[in-house]
Amino acid sequence: MEKIATSEISKLSRRALLQAGAAGILLLSFRLPQARAAGDTFAPNAFIRVGNDDVVTLVMPQVEMGQGIYTALAMILADELDANFDKVVLQHAPPDKAYNNPIFGVQATGGSTSVRAFWDPLRKAGASARGMLVEAAAQQWSVDPSTCRASNSEVIHDASGRKVGYGAVASLAATLKPVSDPKLKTLKDFTLVGRPVQRKDTPDKTNGKCQYGIDAMPAGVKFAVIAECPVFGGKVGHVDDAKAKAIKGVQQIVVLDDCVAVVGDTTWTAIRGLSALDITWNEGANANVDSAQIWEALRTASKGPGAVAKKVGDVDAAFAGGTHYEGVYELPFLAHATMEPLNCTLHYTKDACEVWTGTQVIGRVQEYVAKALDLPIEKVTVHNFYIGGGFGRRLEQDMAIKAARIAKEVDGPVKVMWRREEDTQHDVYRPVYHNAVSASVKDGKIVGWTHRITGSSVIVRWLPPAFKDGVDIDAVDGAADQPYGFPNLKVEYIRAEPPAVPTGFWRGVGPNNNFFTIESFIDEIAHREKVDPVAFRLRHLDGNPRLKAAIQLAAEKGNWGSTLSSPRMGRGISAQNAFGSFIATVCEAEVDESGEVRVHRLVAAVDTGIMVNPDTIVAQLEGGLIFGLTAALFGEITIENGRVQQSNFNDYRILRIDEAPKIEVHLIPSTEHPGGIGETGTTAAPPALCNALFAATGVRLTRLPIDRNALAGRKPA
Amino acid sequence: MITLHVNGQPHDVDASPDTPLLWALRDVLGMTGTKFGCGIAQCGACTVHVDGQAVRSCQLSIGSVGDQAITTIEGIGSSDVGAKVQKAWLDLEVIQCGYCQSGQIMSAAALLAHKPHPTDEDIDAAMAGNICRCGTYVRIREAIKKATAA
Repeated sequence: MEKIATSEISKLSRRALLQAGAAGILLLSFRLPQARAAGDTFAPNAFIRVGNDDVVTLVMPQVEMGQGIYTALAMILADELDANFDKVVLQHAPPDKAYNNPIFGVQATGGSTSVRAFWDPLRKAGASARGMLVEAAAQQWSVDPSTCRASNSEVIHDASGRKVGYGAVASLAATLKPVSDPKLKTLKDFTLVGRPVQRKDTPDKTNGKCQYGIDAMPAGVKFAVIAECPVFGGKVGHVDDAKAKAIKGVQQIVVLDDCVAVVGDTTWTAIRGLSALDITWNEGANANVDSAQIWEALRTASKGPGAVAKKVGDVDAAFAGGTHYEGVYELPFLAHATMEPLNCTLHYTKDACEVWTGTQVIGRVQEYVAKALDLPIEKVTVHNFYIGGGFGRRLEQDMAIKAARIAKEVDGPVKVMWRREEDTQHDVYRPVYHNAVSASVKDGKIVGWTHRITGSSVIVRWLPPAFKDGVDIDAVDGAADQPYGFPNLKVEYIRAEPPAVPTGFWRGVGPNNNFFTIESFIDEIAHREKVDPVAFRLRHLDGNPRLKAAIQLAAEKGNWGSTLSSPRMGRGISAQNAFGSFIATVCEAEVDESGEVRVHRLVAAVDTGIMVNPDTIVAQLEGGLIFGLTAALFGEITIENGRVQQSNFNDYRILRIDEAPKIEVHLIPSTEHPGGIGETGTTAAPPALCNALFAATGVRLTRLPIDRNALAGRKPA
Repeated sequence: MITLHVNGQPHDVDASPDTPLLWALRDVLGMTGTKFGCGIAQCGACTVHVDGQAVRSCQLSIGSVGDQAITTIEGIGSSDVGAKVQKAWLDLEVIQCGYCQSGQIMSAAALLAHKPHPTDEDIDAAMAGNICRCGTYVRIREAIKKATAA
């Protein structure tokens, strides 16, 4: 599994690229890629290869960054293909439009879309291939294919007791016409989907064999570390490299207009060399930008009129009379802090470049490295790897572009690595957001609701066609389609780009902001209306039975309404439907005299439709909730003098095991289309925590990270 | 030339004595299972054993190791306790991205070698230096207990 694209797949890539031409973005329908490989391999589509040696190889269109997607997608393919799952071999997909994510129209892994996007196409791909293999066997035996069946990579003719392995009929199958509308299995026929299956990627992650991009070691590789101008947008002024050059093992100092890299015989030599450089930066126009200015600009922008993302009913009429509530909620910049720091290894020769890196956007890495090196795209080969944490950071290609510009100056292969401090200070940050919300309550129900979201648009840069009429579909995700079916609703978006600071997708994306706001505000309204927060939510959910059931289950399993063991503890709930999943989360947290917070327990109930690998869903919730708690408890990037003030895990804190709560995840069986799961826990945790803190102290936190000073000294509520 | 004894084998390393063991393992010996995370002993991704003790290899220079026995993730499976930890990690499907897990497994194996029946407090003390960004802590705790019972 370490080895990547075979030459056969590379051939397919070029052909598919030519055929695909300029594929439209936001291609929502999926065309099953057709491709035949030469020789004896049966390659009925982009995802399946059956060798005449019986080896079934599945090519993974989405990247594995911990979310268990290699196993889930392989299960879907192998189930419909009736392949022997224990023996299937998985491969990273090469850059090729055949592997585009049908939701984005880009070869990208993100937004909890993998199973949602590939469920139908992979089932069809598997079933179509199985049909062709059965047809081939039936031809060989001169029997009616409908009298044959497939199981465990074999075709079986029960009437005659004959069996043949897929490999033995692969060559014949390759000559057959593809089955265009294959018969898919029904839920009860699945042998893999829905059962907890051991992950394919994890054994090699227990013994050091698993290779991440940072582990790429092409022969003769040199090691480089990079320093970028600490002020966003600044340039290199002068570099005094005398001391660095004197260090044994320092081989080269690469000075570009915006960054400097030291190349050495080990990473350590390069780090020493970099530390010995005396660099003067031209800090440029952003040298005076600070967090206070950024917040002021955001709040000023929030006053302006917004682009209307959703309008339902008559909001003005709903606010004529009734009890009115208003709220403002704000979220800070966040860094991704993937455990594997940014890195990219390249070998540039004058007419080609080979790239080794772990990326969520392999096609864009190929395209942008080619541009940076002024090479035709087909001269750039990219090898993808397991990813040591993505969370949106590796949806960007900035690191590959910078590394390519450095590699262009280096003779032979070079691994360019960002030290943790550089990684933290040269991220693309989760945007700061400002939310203004109001509600009108009549007869105990919310009858009018407005929500104006102000913040950076990541979409406008990352997927321009998805930014329409002033509305960023990600920034309003979860708000425009809020779960409660309020009869009169207005949701607006104001695009406000922060000065200097680049922004990007961050696990949980738009719904992080919107559910923190909605779920904090509805909790506030429930308390002020003197209604239990669970009961208050439920009375608005007659039109959303799946979320209603999730809340009821979470409340039951989370002992909602029972007495807690300490008067300093509180219990809070949050609910959401986003990414195609319905989730309710109950949090128990305690606040001490100093305002310090201890999260004791999280109980989540999840309806994510058909579950492919149920244990992975539990794991993603557990991990996502911890990720969200880290943000709520500690996460904030601040700016002073145009630079990020945080640098490493000492001042950009990540939750540790001694701070982690007990977590229970309860799965709700469903036959609905599979939902997304990777982002959901991250979105759920912060409002559940803040609502628990309100229950404990009576203090409503409207900004993250939590303000311990605001909680300090409070008597139990 | 410095000789390091890694997973029972001597290796000659041509690097300056101030080189952290982490970079000697990765860049000189090509043993990439030990990971770089922070470089300041804050995350534990680089954890190896030196004479049976869990240490952060980003902070230990090769010039100071001497002939002490170094064990890395590549070699931990040859000890009973290491193999039990690896198996428990798979049985409970602890791992997500996996980048920190070499360090987690090395810290857990050192804990169990010294305390075969750790309490929750022992687990907190031994494992709090290892960050997992995927948030696998719930399962790490369970897996350590399972390895104990095995």
